[in-house]
Amino acid sequence: MTQIYDPSVVDWSRAQFALTAMYHWCFVPLTLGLSFIIAFMETLYVKTGNEEWKRITKFWMTLFGINFAIGVATGIILEFEFGTNWSNYSWFVGDIFGAPLAVEGIMAFFIESTFVAVMFFGWNKVSKRFHLVSTWLTAIGANLSALWILVANSWMQNPVGMHFNPDTARNEMTNFWEVLFSPVAINKFLHTVSSGYVVSSVFVIGVSAWFLLKNREVRFARLSILVAAVFGLIMSVFIILTGDHSARLMAKHQPMKFAAMENLYDGQRKAPLVVIGLLQKNSTSSLDKEDFAFKLEIPNFLSSMAFLDANAYVPGIKDIVQGNDEYGIVSASAKIENGKAAVQALRDYSAAKKTNDAAKASESLVQLNENYKDLGYGYLTDAKQIVPPVRLTFYSFRVMVALGFWFVVLFVLALVYLLRNRLNNKRWFYRVAIFSIPLAYLASQLGWAVTEVGRQPWVIQDLMPTLTAVSDLTVGPVKITFVLFAVIFTALLIAEIKIMLKQIKIGPKDGGNE
Amino acid sequence: MFETLSHIALQQYWWILVSLLGSILVFLLFVQGGQTLTYQLGKTDENRKLIINTIGSKWEFTFTTLVTFGGAFFASFPLFYSTSFGGAYWVWFAILIAFVIQAVAYEFRSKPNNFLGTKVFDGFLFVNGLLGTVLLGAAVSTFFTGSNFTIDGEHHSHWTMASRGLEAALNIQNLSLGLAVFFLSRVLACLYFFNTISNDEIIEKVKKQLWFNAVPFLVFFLLFTGLLMFKDGFAVNPTTGEVFMQPYKYFINLVEMPVVAILFLLGVVLVLLGIIRPIVSLTKYGDKAIWFAGLGTVLAVFSLFLLAGFNNTAYYPSVADLQSSLTIANSSSSHYTLTAMSYVSLFIPFVLVYIVYVWRAINNKKADIQDLENEHVY
Repeated sequence: MTQIYDPSVVDWSRAQFALTAMYHWCFVPLTLGLSFIIAFMETLYVKTGNEEWKRITKFWMTLFGINFAIGVATGIILEFEFGTNWSNYSWFVGDIFGAPLAVEGIMAFFIESTFVAVMFFGWNKVSKRFHLVSTWLTAIGANLSALWILVANSWMQNPVGMHFNPDTARNEMTNFWEVLFSPVAINKFLHTVSSGYVVSSVFVIGVSAWFLLKNREVRFARLSILVAAVFGLIMSVFIILTGDHSARLMAKHQPMKFAAMENLYDGQRKAPLVVIGLLQKNSTSSLDKEDFAFKLEIPNFLSSMAFLDANAYVPGIKDIVQGNDEYGIVSASAKIENGKAAVQALRDYSAAKKTNDAAKASESLVQLNENYKDLGYGYLTDAKQIVPPVRLTFYSFRVMVALGFWFVVLFVLALVYLLRNRLNNKRWFYRVAIFSIPLAYLASQLGWAVTEVGRQPWVIQDLMPTLTAVSDLTVGPVKITFVLFAVIFTALLIAEIKIMLKQIKIGPKDGGNE
Repeated sequence: MFETLSHIALQQYWWILVSLLGSILVFLLFVQGGQTLTYQLGKTDENRKLIINTIGSKWEFTFTTLVTFGGAFFASFPLFYSTSFGGAYWVWFAILIAFVIQAVAYEFRSKPNNFLGTKVFDGFLFVNGLLGTVLLGAAVSTFFTGSNFTIDGEHHSHWTMASRGLEAALNIQNLSLGLAVFFLSRVLACLYFFNTISNDEIIEKVKKQLWFNAVPFLVFFLLFTGLLMFKDGFAVNPTTGEVFMQPYKYFINLVEMPVVAILFLLGVVLVLLGIIRPIVSLTKYGDKAIWFAGLGTVLAVFSLFLLAGFNNTAYYPSVADLQSSLTIANSSSSHYTLTAMSYVSLFIPFVLVYIVYVWRAINNKKADIQDLENEHVY
C-alpha cells in the first residue's frame, strides 16, 4: 500500500460510505430491539393465551416488517462497498476482515431471513410454539448478525490476532479467538446492541403515547409501554455500564480519539470531566486549542473514568502529537519517521525478493518488523494529520450521553405512571414521549459519529490511513454513485416513514394490515 | 481436522463452497424470474397479488445467498473481491442497486400511502428480475472470457477500461450467459408456480410461458456452451504459475475432470427433464418439476464454476495482462484463515436442514387467492 490516491476520491468514497452507513443505521437499531420486544409480547401471548397479546404482537410485527425490509436493502451496499470503493483495504486486511462477514452470512443472516418468513407467513401454517420459536430465532439471528459486523468494526479500531506477511503485502489472521473475543469487540457489541434496544423501547413508548394522546387503543398502548419501559430501563443501565467501559478501552487503545472527545489539548493529572461545554473557536484538526466559552466540570472524573484512578495522567492532543517524555508518549513525528522506515523497508524487501538478494531481503525484513507498528504513519506528511475533527467528536459525545440519561428518565416516568395508574391524561408526557423518538435515532447516529469520525485519519488504527485504502478510481463514478444512493435512499426513507405513519394511524385492529 | 490439509487443498475446498453458493444462488433466481412474469401471468390485481406473495416468501433466501456468496468470496479469495468489485465498478453497483430496490418493493408495494405507488414498486421488482439475472450471468461469464485489469507487486488492482466493467456487455459469450440465466430464471419460476399455485387461470398462462422461455433459454445456453467448448482458455503452468492461452481449455477440463463432466451433463439432463415433465403431464409429477430443474441448475452451474477454477485454470483472467490473472492459489486467504473458516463451514448442513424444514412448513399446500386472507400480504 505504497500508493496514495486522489484525495477527492478519498473524500467522496468516505462521503458515500458515511451516507450508506448512516441510512443503514436508521433502520438497524429498531430491527435489533423491536425483534426482542415482539418476542416478549408473543411469549406472553403463548403463555397466557390472551388474544390481546397476539393483536399487540402482530401490530408491532407489521412495523418491524416495514423497517426490516429497508434495513436489509441498505445493508447489502455496505458489504460490497468494501470491495468497490476500498479495494486496497480489502486486500490489506481481507484475510482477517472478510471472515466475520462470511460468518455473519452463514451463521446469522440465514437464521434471520429464514425464520422471519415464518414470523410473517406462518401464523396459520405452523403451530403456536413453532411460530414463537421462529420469532425468537429472528431476534437472535438479527443480533448475531450485528455481533459479526461489530467484531469486524472493532478489529479496525483495535487490530489484534494478526501478523503482517511481507510476501503478500497484507495482514493475516493468526488467532481467530483473539479477533472474536477482543475486549473492544465484546464491549462494542454489547454497547451497540443495547443502544438498539433503547431506541426500540423509546419507539414503542412514543408510538403508544400517540394512541393515548388520541385516546385510542388505551389497553394496547399501556401494555406496549409496560413491556418497552421495563426492557428500555434495564438496557439503559446496561448501556451506561458498557459505555463507561468503552471509555477506558478508548483511553487505552485510541487515546487521540479520547482526547478529541474531551477537547483535551493539554494532558493532566486529576483531569476533570467536562459535563457541559461550549467551544469558542471555530478551528479543528490542528493544535490550536479550542477554548471553552462556558463549561461545567466534575473534578478528577476524567482520570477516574479513563484509568480508574483519580490521580492518573490523561494525555491530551498536544501530548500525542508532540510527544511527552515524562509519560513515555512518543511524538507523532517520530512515529512518522518509523512509518516511513517501515514503508521503505517493505519496498526494499519486495525489490530484494525479485532480485533474489537474500541478505538485503533479510535486512529489510528486520527493519520492517521493528517499525511495523507505525506503518500507517509512513503515509502521513504532517503530525497534525492525526488529530480528528475535535468539535464534531466533542459535541456528538455530549449530546449522545445527555440523551441517554434523558431516556432513563423517560423509562422511569413511564413505569411509575403506569404502575401507579397515573398515565391517564398525562398529555405533556405523551407529547414528550413522541418527541423522544427522533431524539433516540439522533443519539444512536451520534454514537457512530464519535466512533468513526473520532478515529480519523485511520481506517485501521495506526496501520492504514483512510487515504491509502481506496480503490484506484476516478472521482466521477464515485460522485455519480453517491448521488444515486442519496436519491434512492432518501426516496425509500420517505416511503418508509409515510407507510409507517399510515400503519400506526390504522392501528392494531387487525394486526396493522389493511 | 482442517489444519492438516495443505493450503491448496483448503483453497480447493473453498472454491467448491463458493461454487456451491453461486449455483444455489442461480437456482434461487427463480424469484427474480417470477418478478418479471407478474404482469404476464396476472391480469387482475388479485392474481398479481397471489403471484407476488407466492414468490415473496422466498426473496430473502436469494438475497441472503447473494450476501453470503459475497462474504464467502471476500473471506476466501480477497484478491478477487478487491479486484473485481473495485474494478468492474458499474456492473457491481448496477447489480447492487437492482437488489436494493427489490428488498423494499415486496414490503412496500401494497401498503397504503407508500409514496411511489404500487406500479413503481412492481417496476422495481421487474428491474431487479431483469438486471439481477442478466448482469450476474454476464459477470460469471467473465470467468471464462476475461476482464481488463492489472495487479501490481503490492496486489493493488487497476482497471484498464474507463467503462469499468460495462465493456463485458459487448462480448457475445457474456451476453449469451446473461440471457440464458434470465430465461432460466423465468423457466424455474414457471415450475415453481406449478408447485405452489392452485389457481387455474394463472396456471394456464404459466404453461404457455414455460414454452416461451424454455426455447430462448436453450438457444442462449447452447450458444454459451458451444462458444465455451471451442474457445481458447486461460491455463496456468502448475510449476511456474505462468498463465498462458490454451486451445479448447474448457473442453479439455471437462475431459480431464470426468466427475465434473458427469455433473454437468446430469445437470443439463435434469433441467431438460424439469422442463419437459410438466409439458407431458402436470398432474403426474409435473408440479414437482421444480426440484428436478432446480437440482439440475445447481449441478450445471456448480460444474461451470469448477471448470473455471480447477485443473490449473485462471478463474478470473485478465485480458489486459495475462500474468495478472487470478487463480485459486494466488488470490486466496492464508492457510490459517481458510482453516478457521472451514470449521465455520461445518454449520452449512444445519443451515440447509432448517431452510428445508421451514420451506416445507410454509409451502405445505398450494395457494389460491383466499389463502392470502389473515396473512401478512405483500
